[in-house]
Amino acid sequence: MHHEAPLYEIFGLTFNLANVLMITVTSVIVFVIAVLATRNLAMKPTGMQNFLEWVMDFVKNIIKSNMDWKTGGRFHVLGMTLIMYIFVANMLGLPFSVVIDGKLWWKSPTADPVVTLTLATMVVALSHYYGIKLHGFGHYAKGFVTPMWFLFPLKIIEEFANTLTLGLRLYGNIFAGEILLALLAGSLATGVGGTIAAIIPTIAWQGFSIFVGAIQAFIFTMLTMVYMAHKVSHDH
Amino acid sequence: MFVLGAAGHGFNGGDILFQLIMFLLLMLLLRKYAFGPLMGIMKQREEHIANEIEQAEKHHQEAKKLAEEQRELMKKSRQEAQALIEEARKLGEEQKEQIIQAARAEAERLKEAAKKEIEQEKEQAMAALRQQVASLSVLIASKVIEKELSEQDQAKLISEYIQEVGEGR
Repeated sequence: MHHEAPLYEIFGLTFNLANVLMITVTSVIVFVIAVLATRNLAMKPTGMQNFLEWVMDFVKNIIKSNMDWKTGGRFHVLGMTLIMYIFVANMLGLPFSVVIDGKLWWKSPTADPVVTLTLATMVVALSHYYGIKLHGFGHYAKGFVTPMWFLFPLKIIEEFANTLTLGLRLYGNIFAGEILLALLAGSLATGVGGTIAAIIPTIAWQGFSIFVGAIQAFIFTMLTMVYMAHKVSHDH
Repeated sequence: MFVLGAAGHGFNGGDILFQLIMFLLLMLLLRKYAFGPLMGIMKQREEHIANEIEQAEKHHQEAKKLAEEQRELMKKSRQEAQALIEEARKLGEEQKEQIIQAARAEAERLKEAAKKEIEQEKEQAMAALRQQVASLSVLIASKVIEKELSEQDQAKLISEYIQEVGEGR
């Protein structure tokens, strides 16, 4: 169960080549899906365009449930990219994982805390950026001492807690799913009887993992918009 | 190792950097090549639909107005027709009355004229008769005076005259 990561060091930065590979694959898949869906745009949508428009309305509704569309509209593309990227990333680790020379190459990029925490930090940083940009620094800074000044330490902790929970929730769900799949496929399926016994729980767990992957993509996007709304909305 | 990625293998900033750059790049590319155009067309459709609805509403309003106008016209023309018929009837009634009046007056006049003429005629006849009787009596008297005749002659004469008178008539 313990696989090495294919590490590569350059300029004092360590690259996990598996992550690099999987991030690239995920990005390419998302981009290809989106471009294929919007290749033949028509007023009367068909097939893939319908699907992407549905995703678009879905994200729009997520944003609308947190803030008014006038301020939230600017996060539409961010939300779309997040939900599609995370969903595709979650799905990638499900069908198989590739291990070469004891090094894990094919997995969900979101099964690595570095990736999820990077996304979470980016989102929280963006929420701070937009908080300052839309309301000015004064209003933004006042947000840390309202409603009571002594809540300031809590507010600071909250920001870090938000980042950590946002990233680790996604990581934990996907990583746990992959661990269990690896256990079922690798440890239980030794010998004929074990393989037969492992078929049904593997199928069940893969189905459940699809569900969890979709839910986690939705939750990540939802929470992104919730944190954005905290910083951007007028009533805060 | 499982707890937080590759801790202990040096700073794993490479992954962070790569993830960040890839995500932002993906977002930019998607915005440019996929979502931007899609949002454009969705907005366009929204406008199109709004336009259509507006148009339909306008048409509906227009149709309603036209129907109202038509109804008004219908009502007016019906009223006019009613008025025309009423007038014609009244005119006919009046004419009838007038004609009857005129006929009655004419008849009265004719009757009056006839009566007058009869009266006149009668007067004339009376006058003529009176004259005749007078002249005749004068004639007879003169004849009687002219001739002192015998009774026989006298009778003969009278009968002669009477005969004469009868023939003269």
